[in-house]
Amino acid sequence: MVLNNIEDLLEKYENGETTLKEEQQLKHYFSQETVAPHLEMYKPMFTYFLGNQQEQFTKDIPLKTKRTFNYKWIAVAAVAVLMLGFYFNQKPNDVGTIEDPQLAFNEVSKALEMISTHFNKGTSTVGYLNEVNKGTATLGYLNEIENTTSIIFKN
Amino acid sequence: MTQREFLNIVMPFKDKVFRLAKRLLVSTEEAEDATQEVLLKLWNNKKKIQEYKNVEAFSMTMTKNFCFDKLKSKQAQNLKIVHSNYEDGNTSLQKQVELNDSVDWVSKIIQELPEQQKMIIQLRDIEEYDFDEIAKMLDMNNTAVRVNLSRARKTIREKLTKTHNYGVK
Repeated sequence: MVLNNIEDLLEKYENGETTLKEEQQLKHYFSQETVAPHLEMYKPMFTYFLGNQQEQFTKDIPLKTKRTFNYKWIAVAAVAVLMLGFYFNQKPNDVGTIEDPQLAFNEVSKALEMISTHFNKGTSTVGYLNEVNKGTATLGYLNEIENTTSIIFKN
Repeated sequence: MTQREFLNIVMPFKDKVFRLAKRLLVSTEEAEDATQEVLLKLWNNKKKIQEYKNVEAFSMTMTKNFCFDKLKSKQAQNLKIVHSNYEDGNTSLQKQVELNDSVDWVSKIIQELPEQQKMIIQLRDIEEYDFDEIAKMLDMNNTAVRVNLSRARKTIREKLTKTHNYGVK
């Protein structure tokens, strides 16, 4: 490359008038081992530019697909659970209606019989209460004793 | 849009986003965080991504704004962004060209430039965007970009010449 050319380019370069292509030429020229002595000071500049182009960003980019947790869905889930709960929890209203009247009568009488036997069992124990009454009746004699003692002490 | 589609869109320019962020924030860690943040913002707005005419330019603008916000908030807290990466990844390249630390000088000189010029140098000389794109990204007009670029380049050259002549390395 002709030195004159480079000098021209340098002047244009300093005035900010060079095209990218011309700047490439300059960079290329100054990346050589030897340059004209009076242009030596430009060398570090262009070397720096070229060197700096190599620097890379090595850290990785934490690209999380950012899922902001949506609390709306908790509500939806809760409602769903509640609905399911109600659905499965429905106790059958069927209490076992008996269609046949005879059978129904039998069932009822059986049930009533059961009630009456248990009832009687209960009343039989109440019978002991009579004993208690008897006891209290005998206590009446104590009053008699009291009467007599009061008479004695009066005199 | 799936992750894969998104990555296909984003991958080609994620490094550019990172480098721009680093240019502005200096610290590698901060720049990494900023890049992540920007890409995540894009991902979260992925539905709108098709509406953008130029996702890349849009992301660069986003990065710029994000970094400015960051810088502003740091300044408000009276804190400077601390960085520990004085030696960065291009050391091997430095060795290659045996330029010792004069390349580092360039980075320091660029760091001293005003924010606007920093970005323009980054976008033009490193990322090689054309003027229209830069103008769109930075929300400036074409000539303003050129003027700023020219100023920045001249400053860099002057400072480099100085260090070169003094032999200060």
